[in-house]
Amino acid sequence: MSQLIIEGLRAAVDGQEILKGVDLVVGSGEVHAIMGPNGSGKSTLSHVIVGRPGYEVIAGSVRIDDVELLDKPTWQRAEAGLFLAMQYPTEVPGVALRDMLAASVCTSDDWSDIGELMRVEAERIGFGAQFLERPLNVDLSGGEKKRNETLQLGVLRPAFAILDELDSGLDVDALRQVSQRVEEATSEDGLGVLAITHYSRLFEQLQPDTVHVFADGKIQESGGATLADELEETGYERWATAPAPSGSAGLADDPFADPLL
Amino acid sequence: MSPVFSPAAAGALDGPQWLIDRRVAAAETFEATPRPDVSAEEWRYSRIGDLDLDAFAPATQFGDAPMARLDVEPAAIVRCVNGRVMYTDVEQELTDLGVRIGPLADDENGAARLGSVADDAGDYFTLLNDAFMDSPLLIDIPRGVVIDRPIVVTHHAAGDGGAAFPRLVVRVGENAHVDVMDLHTSEADDHILMCPVVELDVAAAGRLGYLKVQEQGANTWQFGSVLARADRDATISAATAAFGGHYARTRADTRLVGRGAHGDLMAIYFGEAEQTLDFRTYQDHVAPDTTSNLLYKGVVAGSARSIYTGLIRVRPDARGTNAFQTNRNLKLSDTAWAESVPNLEIENNDVKCSHASTVGPVDEEQRFYLESRGVPTGEADRLIVAGFLGEVLAKIPVPSAAPALKLAIAEKLARQRDLEPAAMEIVA
Repeated sequence: MSQLIIEGLRAAVDGQEILKGVDLVVGSGEVHAIMGPNGSGKSTLSHVIVGRPGYEVIAGSVRIDDVELLDKPTWQRAEAGLFLAMQYPTEVPGVALRDMLAASVCTSDDWSDIGELMRVEAERIGFGAQFLERPLNVDLSGGEKKRNETLQLGVLRPAFAILDELDSGLDVDALRQVSQRVEEATSEDGLGVLAITHYSRLFEQLQPDTVHVFADGKIQESGGATLADELEETGYERWATAPAPSGSAGLADDPFADPLL
Repeated sequence: MSPVFSPAAAGALDGPQWLIDRRVAAAETFEATPRPDVSAEEWRYSRIGDLDLDAFAPATQFGDAPMARLDVEPAAIVRCVNGRVMYTDVEQELTDLGVRIGPLADDENGAARLGSVADDAGDYFTLLNDAFMDSPLLIDIPRGVVIDRPIVVTHHAAGDGGAAFPRLVVRVGENAHVDVMDLHTSEADDHILMCPVVELDVAAAGRLGYLKVQEQGANTWQFGSVLARADRDATISAATAAFGGHYARTRADTRLVGRGAHGDLMAIYFGEAEQTLDFRTYQDHVAPDTTSNLLYKGVVAGSARSIYTGLIRVRPDARGTNAFQTNRNLKLSDTAWAESVPNLEIENNDVKCSHASTVGPVDEEQRFYLESRGVPTGEADRLIVAGFLGEVLAKIPVPSAAPALKLAIAEKLARQRDLEPAAMEIVA
């Protein structure tokens, strides 16, 4: 039983504070949802935890149990048990998935073990074997990229996974397979999950234990699974950081709104 | 005027009279030609001004040459030392089909084949090669003959202060097909000048794959040319993999003279320490409906330099031309330097042409992606660099040479101190 502990985390981009004091504890096997409006800093939270370049940590701590992660390079955070499924997985031309997994400190040194694990994981999520030989994320559709992220989660077996908008760009079948796989990892391997999303559809298969509303760089409210449904109904207006400009109220939020109304 | 590379010296070399006459004529022209300097566009960024030609003399040691590393059994093996054919091993089946592989001077068609491409192309050092080539090598594939395994040639140079002038002439007959791997090496420590000239002449509907692998010693200066001509509907796939040399320049000309001719032109290069790797390319579209696709990708580490200058030329009659030129460079250190100058010269309106070039460090996002999967920083960079070059390796002619080239790249990468794990920049 482990814990991912985020304490008083503040971070800035280009001198502007985006994370304004985040406190959160995720235990093994738990699923925490982070939901919030666009621009609230949800993705920044995931990037800062993993150590993406371009962010300045102002204060706070991110630990797995008593191991501080913020002073480690990204690959050592992965070694400590952290995984990030990216919203927009990066294309890495010429580098095959298997070569990357073989070079990871999180996998066995046995080449054939990795191949077998990849095959099994691909089958579990309906990911075509032909994609396994492709350079990372090159010429993959949005849905294929997310399946690829999920496959890696299955092979790398992290203690904690941050899913950054894993549901975006997925069709219904893919969403079901991918979220089902993560759900199974929580029960089979005790994976702790921090699922960042705008919508609640990810949670049809993956049951959240706690839902956090994230706005203006911090957690504003926490509740049970029903909070996700509530947010789907009512949106995030209660936590909007600035009032919508007068005259166009509501229009900017709904791209399908009738512009003549 | 050089006392060493004189018409008299050229006239003293062995061979049939026509070859001696040809050498002397070239030496006379060479003697009357002023050495170009960097003020000429073609030599801009080059190190021609640093070459001390008189420090060299035609090499006279003729020992053995290293073997190329391939994953398949070659159809023929030739080894040349200091421009002289020392060893040939050609399968009987090829000989029975009329394939000729060996010293050009001994071949009845030799005089006609030599210079068939280079005589209208070439530069100062092509001329010097013409004057001092020892024993040109001819590979002549008759009409309709298809050879499914590669022909492998080694051109080795040896002897401190030696100058070598290897000459290879490949003639692919109508509708014939062959792949040639051409390995250029030199003694590791010897101070050597190597001026190889390769002529690739592909007749109508012929197909030629040509891979030059340059693994010269760290004290070798190279001024080389690969000069190609493709006739109607012919395809030339020509690649260079350049790893060695102190200063190594390769000029690659591809003239598409027959309608529908196609050229796939590619290179990978990796400079380290004090190396300079210099490439000059011409894609010359002479006939209508010709296509060419050029992809040069290189890496510079340490204090190495690379230069790419390329020209796509579309002649007035070459309507329907498609020509592309891409040069990408990765810089692995702050002291490495890469210059990339693509150019277009278009004299017909009905064409599709483009060029692109980039110079930059290892992509931070790509590195982050690999690191986030538990790949240590230095290892991530090595994978990215190998993958960057791997895009070209996946398309090279003579694919059976790819594993050895991957190994050469891995060895280079393993030596780069700049790729050690970086310190964290996050202020906690």
